[in-house]
Amino acid sequence: MFKWLDPYAKSETLYHFCGKLLPYLMVTALTLLLLGNVWGLAFTPADYQQGDSYRIIHIHVPSAIMSMGAYAAMASAAFVALVWQIKVAHWAVLAIAPIGATYTAIALITGMAWGKPMWGAWWVWDARLTSELILLFLYLGVIALNGAFSDRQVGAKVSSLLALIGVINLPIIHFSVEWWNTLHQGASITKFARPSIDPSMLWPLLISILAFAVLLMALTCLRLRTAILVNEQHRPWVRKLVGGL
Amino acid sequence: MVSVIFLQRELRLLARQKADWLNPILFFIIVLSLFPLGVGPEPNMLRIIAPGVIWIAALLSVLLASERLFKDDYRNGVIEQLVAGRQSLLAFVLAKTFANWLSTGLPLLLLSPVVALLLGLEQAALGAMALTLLLGTPLLSLLSVLGSALTMAADKGGILLALLILPLYIPLLIFASSAIEAASMGLGYQGQLAILLAMLLLALALVPMAVTSALRINVS
Repeated sequence: MFKWLDPYAKSETLYHFCGKLLPYLMVTALTLLLLGNVWGLAFTPADYQQGDSYRIIHIHVPSAIMSMGAYAAMASAAFVALVWQIKVAHWAVLAIAPIGATYTAIALITGMAWGKPMWGAWWVWDARLTSELILLFLYLGVIALNGAFSDRQVGAKVSSLLALIGVINLPIIHFSVEWWNTLHQGASITKFARPSIDPSMLWPLLISILAFAVLLMALTCLRLRTAILVNEQHRPWVRKLVGGL
Repeated sequence: MVSVIFLQRELRLLARQKADWLNPILFFIIVLSLFPLGVGPEPNMLRIIAPGVIWIAALLSVLLASERLFKDDYRNGVIEQLVAGRQSLLAFVLAKTFANWLSTGLPLLLLSPVVALLLGLEQAALGAMALTLLLGTPLLSLLSVLGSALTMAADKGGILLALLILPLYIPLLIFASSAIEAASMGLGYQGQLAILLAMLLLALALVPMAVTSALRINVS
């Protein structure tokens, strides 16, 4: 497996690989996003308790799940970067961090917008909300830590280490609704045996989750390509690519 | 054996730079005395906010002390020598953490009766506060050692350290202040103490490793 993966540790190969993937990922992400969100927001039946305001889950749940998915991806990249000393993996960490931070912010903001009519408050200090907020701070910490060093390589390594340390927060977020009696409702779709959500609402939701995942990959490819160009700007292949500056 | 030598060195350094550990303690007392002035000296009000106030003051004072933990050792090359040399880096980290706890956590623990007096806490809540400080301050030391190892070589360390470490303090703050709150209402608080102990043990097992790798990264 490593023999197969090894060429992609080289920045030039990875740059072209990401370039090849990018259009497919973008088109898939936008199609799925359009399909899932239009279906979910406009054509699903209203909830018997929450009326129409439940529809925000088609944005809230995918962004919340993928905020954690992005963190897991970022931490895996950080692990690869620190253990095998691969430079492009450090850049991948920094490519994912702002995307993950944005997903986290979307999850928090849509959650607040839903919480106001349902719970009667924009914000409650509940375990799930607090741990998601910590996730946002961790993302911001990774970004800020990277910028704080005059030696770029040290900055990349240290922020990867912080990304790895923050993994401890992921199980806390996931199990927060089970460990504490919180206001945030429990899981309704990850119970695979019998999801406590009607299929007519479940399908658009699953499509939206997939859409957010593919969008994450697409944006990561885009940002990783930029990061490679910026970091390798003195390499001959980059100079040739951008037209001999 | 090596850790004892490291610990002696840390304590000698602390004895020679008294401001490093005295200022955070003074800061703790000053922050605490600001609250009654800010929210009014009503005893009932003070009793309600006391658990949170005590812990926030403790977090901030430990944070204040942690900024310079590794800075001097980094600047004068001690860390570089340790990484290059054959001595165990882990022993150094453990000695550093223990010395940090002795100089910041322990004084807070010893001050807790005075604090209880200032904020009008009752006997039961005083016991809970002392126990949470006993379990919580070593955790604070571990986390601040981690934060200052990460930001050791950073150009603008101070604010960054707060940004990194304060979110990690949040779980501790929640459980510690809820234990004191439960005690002041006459309820049991063993559950919160058990979680604090669990967090401390987990951090004790994992944080020193993370710190050693942070030190290695920063000098490589």
